[in-house]
Amino acid sequence: MELYLTKNFKTRGSKTLKVYLKNGGYKASKKALKKMKPEEVTEEIKKSGLRGRGGAGFPTGLKWTFMPKGNEKPKYIGCNCDESEPGTFKDRQIIENEPHQLIEGLIIGSYAMGIKACYIYIRGEYTMQAEILQKAVDEAYKENYLGKNIFDSGFNCDIYVHRGAGAYICGEETGLMESVEGKKGQPRKKPPFPAGYGLWGNPTTINNVETFCHVPHIINNGADWFKKIGTEKSAGNTIFGISGHIKKPGTYELPMGYNLKDLIFKIAGGIRNDNKLKAVIPGGSSTKVLPAGMVDVKMDHDSLMQAGSSLGTGAVIVMDNTSCMVRVGIVLSHFYRHESCGQCTNCREGTSWIHQILLGIENGRGKKEDIDLLLDVAGNMEANTICALSDAAAWPIQGLIKHFRGEFEDHIKSGKCTCPESFEI
Amino acid sequence: MLSENAKKEISKEISKFPEKKAALLPALHIAQKEQGWISKETMEEIASIIEIKPIEVMEVVSFYTMFNMNPVGRYHLQVCTNLSCSLLNSRHMLNHLQDKLGIKTGETTKDNKFTLSTVECLGSCGTAPMMQVNDEFHENLTKQKIDTILESLK
Ligand SMILES: Cc1cc2nc3c(=O)[nH]c(=O)nc-3n(C[C@H](O)[C@H](O)[C@H](O)COP(=O)(O)O)c2cc1C
Ligand code: SF4
Ligand code: FES
Repeated sequence: MELYLTKNFKTRGSKTLKVYLKNGGYKASKKALKKMKPEEVTEEIKKSGLRGRGGAGFPTGLKWTFMPKGNEKPKYIGCNCDESEPGTFKDRQIIENEPHQLIEGLIIGSYAMGIKACYIYIRGEYTMQAEILQKAVDEAYKENYLGKNIFDSGFNCDIYVHRGAGAYICGEETGLMESVEGKKGQPRKKPPFPAGYGLWGNPTTINNVETFCHVPHIINNGADWFKKIGTEKSAGNTIFGISGHIKKPGTYELPMGYNLKDLIFKIAGGIRNDNKLKAVIPGGSSTKVLPAGMVDVKMDHDSLMQAGSSLGTGAVIVMDNTSCMVRVGIVLSHFYRHESCGQCTNCREGTSWIHQILLGIENGRGKKEDIDLLLDVAGNMEANTICALSDAAAWPIQGLIKHFRGEFEDHIKSGKCTCPESFEI
Repeated sequence: MLSENAKKEISKEISKFPEKKAALLPALHIAQKEQGWISKETMEEIASIIEIKPIEVMEVVSFYTMFNMNPVGRYHLQVCTNLSCSLLNSRHMLNHLQDKLGIKTGETTKDNKFTLSTVECLGSCGTAPMMQVNDEFHENLTKQKIDTILESLK
C-alpha cells in the first residue's frame, strides 16, 4: 500500500516549508499554474474520480465545474476544517503535520476555478492548529507561493485562516458561509447553491481539508494513477480514524474500500482487553451502527450503503460487548439536540424528543410503545428540513433500534440497564 | 474597554474581508482572550467598531458555545462527554474533577479559580478521554493525570 497523504508526517520538521519543499512540495502547483490551463486542471480532477472527504462523497471535479467561468463577480473557496462530526480527527492530523499540503491544494483549486480568495474555516477549539496553519500561510506568502504573481504565472492567490467559535452546524456548507460572514451559523435554504450564491452572494465552492490535499498528488501523478487506488467508484486513499474500545486508536491512511474487519483487527490491534466486539459506527456519529456480525465489509461509499450505513467521514467508533446501546443513543441524541440550530420544527422538536424518550428508558420510565415512537419521530425528521443535520440525528437512532431492538426492549422491561459493566453517562 | 492592541488586531481582521461584519467572530475571540468573557459593554464596543447593531453581536455571542456571556474561573475545564470519550469513561473523569474541586458541572469554585463544564467532541477521539483547559487540550486522561494537571495550575 502506497502512502501519499501521510507519507511525510513522521519526518522532522514536516510542518515547515523547507521540509515540504525537500519532499517535492509545490511542484504540483507550479506544474498546474505554468503548464496547464484552468479547465485542464478541473478535467484532471474530474477524471481522477476524487470524491469529497467531508462526509457526503460528492465528486470534486464535478463540483468545480458548477462554478461560473469569467470574473464578473469575485469567486471564493471555503475550505471546511470545522471537523466536528463526533469520531472524526483526521483533518487535524494534516494541519498538525503538513499544512503546506493543504495550502498547495488550495492554490491549485483556486487556479482551476479562478478564485479571488480562500477562507479556511477552522473550528474555534483548534487553537494550536490555527496557529500552525497561520504560520504556514505566512511562510508561503514570504516565499511568494501565495500572494501576487505566483511562480511568475500572473496568477494571484490569497488564503485567510478564519476561526469558528463552537457550533457543529457551521460544518454544514451554508452554515459555514453564514458564519464566515459574521452571523449565526444557520444553514441557508437550497437552492440557490453555493456555486451560484455563496459567500456575500458570490460563487463559492466548499470542500473539506482532506479533499484539497489529494489534489496536488493527482496533478503530480495523473488521474489514472489515482483511479487505480481504491475501488471503481471510490478512488484513492483516505485517512480513516478509529477510536473507542480499540487497542491502537488513531488515524490510518488506507485505500478506499479497505476491509473494516481488517482495519479493526489487523491494523488497529483488535478490541481493548481482548473483549468481544459488539458494534461499530463506521463513518462518524451520523452513520448507522453495524453489529459485530456485519463488519466484514469494504469501507467505500457503495459497500457501506449496501450494508445499510454510510462511509461518512471514515471515522470508525468501536464498541465492545460491555457497551449499552441505549446509552450510546443517549449520548448521540444529546449531541444532536444540543447542535440543532432550531430553524426547522421537525429537527428542533425531534432531536429533543428522542433524547427525552431515551432518558426515560434509561431511568426506568420506559414504555413498550417508546420504541415505535422513537422510529416514528426519527422518520419524521428525515424530510422537509433545511439541512441534513436532522437526517444525521435520525439515522443513528434508526440503526440502533434496527440491530439492537431486543436490548431496548429488555431495558424497558427490567426498568434498568441490562449491561452491568457498561460505560457510564 | 478594549486595549489599543486589541483594536489594532481587530482592524487587521477587518481588512481580510469584503464586508466588515465578517470580522465579528475574530473580534470576539480577540476580546475574550483579553477579558476572559464578553460583557455587554464589550459587545457594544465591538458593534461600534465594525458598524453593526449591538443586537447582532448579542445574537452571535449567544449562538456559539465558545463565547462566555458570564465570567468564568481563571481555568475553564471542559470535559468531552461525546461517544468516544464516554466509551472510555469520561464520566469517571468528570466525577473525579467534581470531587476534587467540590463543585458540580456548570459551577465555579469560590476562589474563582476553576469552572467545570462538559463539552461536545473536540476531535481528540483517538486520544480519549480528553478535556480542554482554557485553550489547551489534555488527552489520554487518567485520574492521576488529572491530579497532576490540577497541581500544575497555579
Ligand atoms: C450537520 C453537518 C455538519 C457537517 N460538518 C462538516 C465538517 O465538520 N467538515 C466537513 O468537511 N464537512 C462537513 N459537512 C459536509 C459539508 O456540508 C460539505 O458537504 C463538505 O464540506 C463538502 O466538502 P467535500 O465535497 O470536499 O466533502 C457537514 C454537513 C452537515 C449536514
Ligand atoms: S435541519 Fe436542524 S440544524 Fe439544519 S437548518 Fe433545520 S433546524 Fe437547523
Ligand atoms: S468524543 Fe471526545 S474528543 Fe471526540
